[in-house]
Amino acid sequence: MVVGSPAPSDRTDEVFRALADATRRDIVRTVLTEECSVSALARRYPMSVTAVQKHVAVLERAGLVSRRRCGRESLVRGDVEALARARRALDALEEIWRHRVEQMDRVLAEDP
Amino acid sequence: MPIVNIEKDLDHHSLTVVARYDAPVERVWQLYADPRQMERIWGPPSWPATVKEHDLTPGGRVVYVMTGPDGTQAGGYWEVVEVEAPRRFVVLDGFADAEGNPNPDLPMTRMELELTAGDDGTTMTITSTYDSAEALQQVLEMGMEEGLREAMGQIDALLAEG
Repeated sequence: MVVGSPAPSDRTDEVFRALADATRRDIVRTVLTEECSVSALARRYPMSVTAVQKHVAVLERAGLVSRRRCGRESLVRGDVEALARARRALDALEEIWRHRVEQMDRVLAEDP
Repeated sequence: MPIVNIEKDLDHHSLTVVARYDAPVERVWQLYADPRQMERIWGPPSWPATVKEHDLTPGGRVVYVMTGPDGTQAGGYWEVVEVEAPRRFVVLDGFADAEGNPNPDLPMTRMELELTAGDDGTTMTITSTYDSAEALQQVLEMGMEEGLREAMGQIDALLAEG
């Protein structure tokens, strides 16, 4: 079975859900122009690092930002259009491979 | 369904597909090592592939042309990087014209295939990596849309059958 690839409609829902919150929209805007650590983000908002981390996790699940570790810091950056393009393209590539994998199975069954 | 897992890595612009087959490693390897068998698996359903050149050795080349339902032809080629028969190969997959002449201006995909023997079959891991999100998009726009719609339709049909 497929792990980690919900149906496209679920994903769209996730994007909308992620952007329904003002803080999260602001985080996306911030990290679109510059990569930012979670602790630096936390200083911008009246909330704890943990709370910011939760927002970032929601954005990350929706594919709107990505996170990388740099020493003890967790750096966040966003590239909505690039991410959206990459996701669409990977979805398409996934379909090609799904077909190919099935076709391989068929050939193996017909011609063991 | 042979697919065990599919993972998309947006940061690295890669797709990893893991599948399991009830056949020995050597048999699964033949699907790529034998050009006639590769023709049966490579193209989308109504875009059958014809393999014109096939040298699956490091530095070698594999050239294929796929023909669509309206006669449109789309070519591609592999630059073979690494081969450890019968369990692993790495190729760069690029675009070619209908005669199979490479188009060096279009991005290439790095494709790594690995086969491992299990208790009663073979596990295949294929990782396709693009240089960038832009390259990925360009590859998508260059073709396969037809085959893709078709493949999606087949999956829908399978799901409808339950």
